[in-house]
Amino acid sequence: MDKTKMVAVPSVGIIPERDLNKQPVLECSHLGITFGGLVAVDDFNLTVGATEIAGLIGPNGAGKTTVFNLLTKVYQPTTGTILLNGKDTNGMNTMQVNKAGIARTFQNIRLFDKLTVEENVKIGLHNEMKYSTVSGILRLPSYWKTEKAAHEKAMELLSIFDMQDMADYRAGSLPYGAQRRLEIVRALATNPKILLLDEPAAGMNPSETAELMENIRKIRDTFQIAVLLIEHDMNLVMGICEGIAVLNFGRIIAKGTPEEIQANPVVIEAYLGKKKEG
Amino acid sequence: MRALKTINKTSKRNFITIGGLLLVYLAVLALKEGGITSNLINGQLVPICAYMIMAISLNLTVGILGELSLGHAGFMSVGAFGGVLVSTLMRQVTDSNLLCLLVAVIAGGVLAAIAGLLIGIPVLRLKGDYLAIVTLAFGQIIKSIVNILYIGLDSEGLHVSVINKMDLAEGGKMIISGSMGCSGVRKLSTFTFGFILLLLCLIVIFNLIQSRTGRAIMALRDNRIAAESVGINVTKYKLLVFSVSAAMAGMAGTLFAHNFSTVSPTKFDFNTSILVLVFVVLGGLGSMRGSLIAAALLTLLPELLREFSDYRMLVYAIVLILVMLGTNSPTVRDFFGKLSGRIKSIFMKKKTAKEENANG
Repeated sequence: MDKTKMVAVPSVGIIPERDLNKQPVLECSHLGITFGGLVAVDDFNLTVGATEIAGLIGPNGAGKTTVFNLLTKVYQPTTGTILLNGKDTNGMNTMQVNKAGIARTFQNIRLFDKLTVEENVKIGLHNEMKYSTVSGILRLPSYWKTEKAAHEKAMELLSIFDMQDMADYRAGSLPYGAQRRLEIVRALATNPKILLLDEPAAGMNPSETAELMENIRKIRDTFQIAVLLIEHDMNLVMGICEGIAVLNFGRIIAKGTPEEIQANPVVIEAYLGKKKEG
Repeated sequence: MRALKTINKTSKRNFITIGGLLLVYLAVLALKEGGITSNLINGQLVPICAYMIMAISLNLTVGILGELSLGHAGFMSVGAFGGVLVSTLMRQVTDSNLLCLLVAVIAGGVLAAIAGLLIGIPVLRLKGDYLAIVTLAFGQIIKSIVNILYIGLDSEGLHVSVINKMDLAEGGKMIISGSMGCSGVRKLSTFTFGFILLLLCLIVIFNLIQSRTGRAIMALRDNRIAAESVGINVTKYKLLVFSVSAAMAGMAGTLFAHNFSTVSPTKFDFNTSILVLVFVVLGGLGSMRGSLIAAALLTLLPELLREFSDYRMLVYAIVLILVMLGTNSPTVRDFFGKLSGRIKSIFMKKKTAKEENANG
């Protein structure tokens, strides 16, 4: 893997040196949410560089998926701000945040099961396809032109994971691993600036995981976007993430490069518990 | 290339549906002109067209958008009474029956679409059973409003009241008189007009489903959160479906009303909504072809069962249950699957044999 030097940025994190002259794609400061009396996420600060692959790890129930739900506005944050490319996302809903450039996958796969693989990707291309409902009904030339372009684009995106052959299959009938990959393709189709992957390697065997790692890097390089991923597979996290944030009980307990995180006693304690005295 | 094939596959199915419908239309027309069909059936032709439009438009809401609506007859009612009102007014301007009906159908559609938008606003906050109850209530509200609505026309113009009949000037005439509904409606609807309207609605629905709008709607049905996460506007597409579906129901209502000399508000009550829902469920959610067949058969069935007089509703119910059981039972489905496979293989054999003959 390419060893980029990680540099601490004054605000809230470390980003790769190559991204220093670019604006960070995502800046969260003091982000928090409470459900009734329960503080699910508190004082969450994170900066993700424009082409960084960042990881968010932590024990079960730490609040990782809740952070994703805050970023994509499935939940509205109780406190704090999220800047996307320097723009405040306050008051936006899930749809608007996606249009602004955040795309995600889900821990429990959420595909459009009854539609084909290609249709799933085309739904991702929805906002890129510009023809009105009326021209769709009347099948005006713009309909044919846009549909043809969308078909080609969908095939191109599917080819990242060698899934062109599956284009006609119903999404619900795909094997588990392929469904996860399709979710990534669908998210990519929305032309995001940052891709949030929620446990992309869950349920994959080691060779599939290795392939996935390659593909995540390939996606970053081809599309020049940032990737923020939640994952329990430490081989994947340590293998491709440049910066890692560790979450426990809704708070960030450590931030750093994979090497730093592996050596951090606080992180080891969060995962394995404290060593008994004596 | 592969995906082009899929588009073609769906299009092919749609073409077959439309083609089949055309053939049935021509056959029925020929039988009718030949005087072979009974008056009973002739009288049912326009209602069947209207119910078919009702079925496919409700299928758009229930099968494609995935929201249960129990008040579809409400939109039909809006279209029926609005349409009769407009066609009566049009009569002052023109003598052409076709023009009268055409304007009335369009007006009925627009009025129903407005009602659909109105119901769409609360609907956006509700899901599932709660939505079903709101649509049910909406159907009842429409019925109640028409029940107290009196509209009369005389030389001084249009009079509207929600209390009772008004005194009209000489030569005046009540258009809508409360729970009595409309009487003396001129029979403007023809089978051909109904069929063309049905065909237009069907093509609009097919094309809508195969466009980006249709995919967005189906995405909402399959997974709302995922649909939002890829930037699909939930509000916009739900309202769109509700108003398009309502507009078509309204047009069907206008068509239906102009087939009878009297139309009463009770024609469009809860039972009618359920009847249309039965067409949709029986034909298969999301399957337009199924809805068409179910609507035609279930409209004709009670008429054909008239000989059984007292028992006809009983037989109707039994047939309904048997068909539901049949289409949902895996054994029966397998049987039909095998049967169609066998028929296909016979045709394929013939084809290959022909090709071999041609080659040899």
